[in-house]
Amino acid sequence: MKKKSRGFIAVDILLIIMMILPLLVSITVKVLTTPKSEGINVTGARILTPVYDKLPPPFDLYITEANLNTWMVMISITALCLFLTHGLKTKAETKRQHAAEWIVEKCEKLVSDGMGDYFSGFAPFIAAIIALSAFSSLQSLLGLYPPTSDLNIVGGWAVLVFILITYYKCKCGPLNYLKSFTEPVALLTPMNMISEIATPISMAFRHYGNVLSGTVIATLVAAGLQGLSSIIFGALPGVLGEIPFLQFGIPAILSIYFDIFSGCLQAYIFAMLSMMYISSGFPLEEYEKRKQKKKEKQNQKIKQKSAKKKFSEVN
Amino acid sequence: MELAIGIILGCCALGAGLAMIAGIGPGIGEGNAVAKACEAIGRQPESKGSVTSTMLMGCAIAETTGLYALVIAILLIFVAPGLLVDILVNTMNGLK
Repeated sequence: MKKKSRGFIAVDILLIIMMILPLLVSITVKVLTTPKSEGINVTGARILTPVYDKLPPPFDLYITEANLNTWMVMISITALCLFLTHGLKTKAETKRQHAAEWIVEKCEKLVSDGMGDYFSGFAPFIAAIIALSAFSSLQSLLGLYPPTSDLNIVGGWAVLVFILITYYKCKCGPLNYLKSFTEPVALLTPMNMISEIATPISMAFRHYGNVLSGTVIATLVAAGLQGLSSIIFGALPGVLGEIPFLQFGIPAILSIYFDIFSGCLQAYIFAMLSMMYISSGFPLEEYEKRKQKKKEKQNQKIKQKSAKKKFSEVN
Repeated sequence: MELAIGIILGCCALGAGLAMIAGIGPGIGEGNAVAKACEAIGRQPESKGSVTSTMLMGCAIAETTGLYALVIAILLIFVAPGLLVDILVNTMNGLK
């Protein structure tokens, strides 16, 4: 095996720094902005700076902890992808290329199994959703505010998926899309409209509620253990009495379920559901029929044109 | 005034507790789903992977109603009391 050149190693180190630095930035911001004497805080993301706060609540803009953490995670993931695909060769030699190929293959298999061959171009989008969601939820392992426990962030993703669903439903013409509301009976139109709107809401609430419940329970358990240990060990002299002994280790058992398992599961479920909704809303048979009709028309036109040409040439 | 605020806080807590009764439904539903999945795996152990992933999807969808209840309970505990007390204080000031 060839020895790596110096430039290659330098780029590697730069990318690794780019992976770790954003997390350090968000940890520093968290440490700097957290007030010292704070009890249980489950109120939501902390506001860092207002961008535009002259209008009443729904129209004002703030940069919150959740925004910052999302952007930092996005930078980290980008650096990770660049790191994995750095120095690709036609035949995989390095471990990182094997890892990158494994990820790409798994994602393509997941998408082609779940959505069919027509949507095979969706693999990068689904992979991006899974990576962003999973890494955002896993941020809580570092003690950061997980952006997925903010409804605004997850709601944004759900709206994006909703736009995609509607786009693929409109592929056979907007009239066909409007007609699909009156099926099976025209009486059910309001019900169909409600269920259409309920899709993004339920997707956003499912993801956000799962992560938020984990955060709330972990915070409550940590606070409760602190109180309990101050009751039990409070009689110890000096500094020993102030150390919350029960807080060591016990919250970690909860975080295995709530942070790691639940976070990754919710990322998978969000991706699966968006795949399912997008591919099931798309009327594939109707679309192919229309395509064939168009092709036939075009062929007929070409035939007519060539016939005319021949006719004029003959004349 | 203090009595009114006390009633608001108490009723918010009661409402949150009542909202979480909705947790019964997803509990029963998910239990059924997992039981059936176990039966299916016992009958056909080779299809364990697909059964497990389908079961997790179904569980996630069944959980939705419970999560709605959770969101409402959290709103009732952390958001509603402040809003309601503000409204109460404002109307009392207006009456004076």
